[in-house]
Amino acid sequence: MSEYILETKGLTKHYGGVHALVDANFTLERGEHVAIMGDNGAGKSTFVRQITGVEQRTRGDVIFDGAPVNFAGPLDAREAGIETVFQTLALADHLNVPDNLFLGREKTKFNWLGPFRLLDYKSMREDTMAGLVKTGVKIPNIKNSIANMSGGQRQCVAIARTATFASKLTIMDEPTAALGVQETAQVENIIRTLKEQGESLILVSHNMRQVFELVDRIIVFRRGRMVANLRKEDTNGEDVVSYITGAKTGAEFEGAA
Amino acid sequence: MSDTSEGTGGLSYDKSKRQWPNELNVLAALILIIVIFEILGAIFMQQSLLFDSRDRFDSIFNEARLRIIIIQVAIIGIIAIGVTQVIITAGIDLSSGSVVGATAMIAMSFAQVAEVSGNPNPKAIFGDWALDLPVIIPVLVGLGVGLTAGAINGLLVAYSRIPPFIATLGMMLFARGVAQWWSLGNPVSFPTDAYAVIGSGMNPVFIFLGLALLFHFIMNYTVYGKHTYAIGSNEAAARMSGINVPRHLMLVYMIAGALAGLAAVILTSKNLTAQSGMGLSYELEAIAMAVIGGVSLFGGRGSIIGTVIGALIIGVITSGFTFLRLGAFYQEMVLGMIIVGAVALDQWQQKRAAARS
Repeated sequence: MSEYILETKGLTKHYGGVHALVDANFTLERGEHVAIMGDNGAGKSTFVRQITGVEQRTRGDVIFDGAPVNFAGPLDAREAGIETVFQTLALADHLNVPDNLFLGREKTKFNWLGPFRLLDYKSMREDTMAGLVKTGVKIPNIKNSIANMSGGQRQCVAIARTATFASKLTIMDEPTAALGVQETAQVENIIRTLKEQGESLILVSHNMRQVFELVDRIIVFRRGRMVANLRKEDTNGEDVVSYITGAKTGAEFEGAA
Repeated sequence: MSDTSEGTGGLSYDKSKRQWPNELNVLAALILIIVIFEILGAIFMQQSLLFDSRDRFDSIFNEARLRIIIIQVAIIGIIAIGVTQVIITAGIDLSSGSVVGATAMIAMSFAQVAEVSGNPNPKAIFGDWALDLPVIIPVLVGLGVGLTAGAINGLLVAYSRIPPFIATLGMMLFARGVAQWWSLGNPVSFPTDAYAVIGSGMNPVFIFLGLALLFHFIMNYTVYGKHTYAIGSNEAAARMSGINVPRHLMLVYMIAGALAGLAAVILTSKNLTAQSGMGLSYELEAIAMAVIGGVSLFGGRGSIIGTVIGALIIGVITSGFTFLRLGAFYQEMVLGMIIVGAVALDQWQQKRAAARS
């Protein structure tokens, strides 16, 4: 077993002539929580999209759980054990909590019926409850549709997928960007729970306080390149800001940007 | 954990947060409409619409009228079952009426008898080989034509990304053209006895209710149903969850097409003839049934049960107007208002629900 759950080597993505991501060499240890920061358009989301198979990289290698991977789509990544909480909530409003959690990978019976195979509601409901309890998510009634829930509850449901499916790596793209104070605290608590359970996490965030409270290491992107790799103990907010704005560039990344 | 299977995190199950099924609202509307007709009937006709007010029968219901109500909505109701699924995916199918027309002509051509009262069938489309065929052949041809039309709709919508309104509008015109071209406007008549059985008596009603039950089950208890709702609710989320959205949409439109094809078979069997104008504006009535039944045109919401009740509402109104001896034009005016009213009510409820949460 490799010590890294995720490693990228020379990961690059071009959109036509736009070099959105250039030579990203990234590592993530098992159980480690890492934040990715950077200005808008710095390449954070592009980086995430290459790892999760939402887009196909221009070149470079992604090594997940000790083996090189080429995900054809987000479902491949999910099956391999990468759960992503997207910036835009990937939830179907009219479905309830278990339906959303299991969307696209329903537990079924009578599989020979093809698209008309039966849903195993009971088993999905039990797994959902277990996942919610594990993450400490509070939902008054899981049989209600997502549409009637608060933004925080919805985000929690999205995150609870991780716990339900025993994933190896969780990626959250600005999970609290649209949430209120209380709801943000709720989501942050779930992230702490994941840490205690030894879940590996990549957190994309603009929120400096949140990052310093929740993660072990901070990666800064600027103009499509990784420009800093900082242990939380060795840095502070000001320092990170100067990397984000370009006032400073990490020693090992000299000449990169 | 079994006691609290409704919620987590120490929050108690809150009854007031339970959702009120929309079908109950539609059912309430149906009952309200019946009550209105009963009152109007008592005042103006000294008769009851649905209940038996005559002495010589034992039954409490006026069975003849109930039978008429459900027979007249059964065939379009079958189309509405398919249309409901299309609308739940946030699509629309304008082609079903014309597909009925085209399918009627084509399927009937394979259902003709060789001899009509001793003489060769005067309306025969093909030669001897297509006469007196086993009944399964015209049925399969009908389903096949509907399925093909649905598949083309599905291809256009799912893979070419043509908006459903335009794709099915194109099919609507095309299929009507096919219906008229098939026998150059001449009716196709004289089906075999076996074929005539399909749509005779209460058979259309049994087929309609059977299919409604089947698809109610499919929409609620199978992966197909779950994905249909998911796509209509949030197509991007469905795609990100790994659902093969285009393939699923294909399937939905094909089912809708096949149901239109089946409706055509039943209709021609019932009428013993096929005409190129058959099914005219059926698509709009089917959509009206779904919309009145609470299916949201924005997708994600609605049910087969709702559509069945919607169909009954239309049946009761049609029957009620005849019962009150009011002209068909009033009927259409009122139906028009009810459709707009149903959507307006739905919008208002959605807004109120959004404001509450």
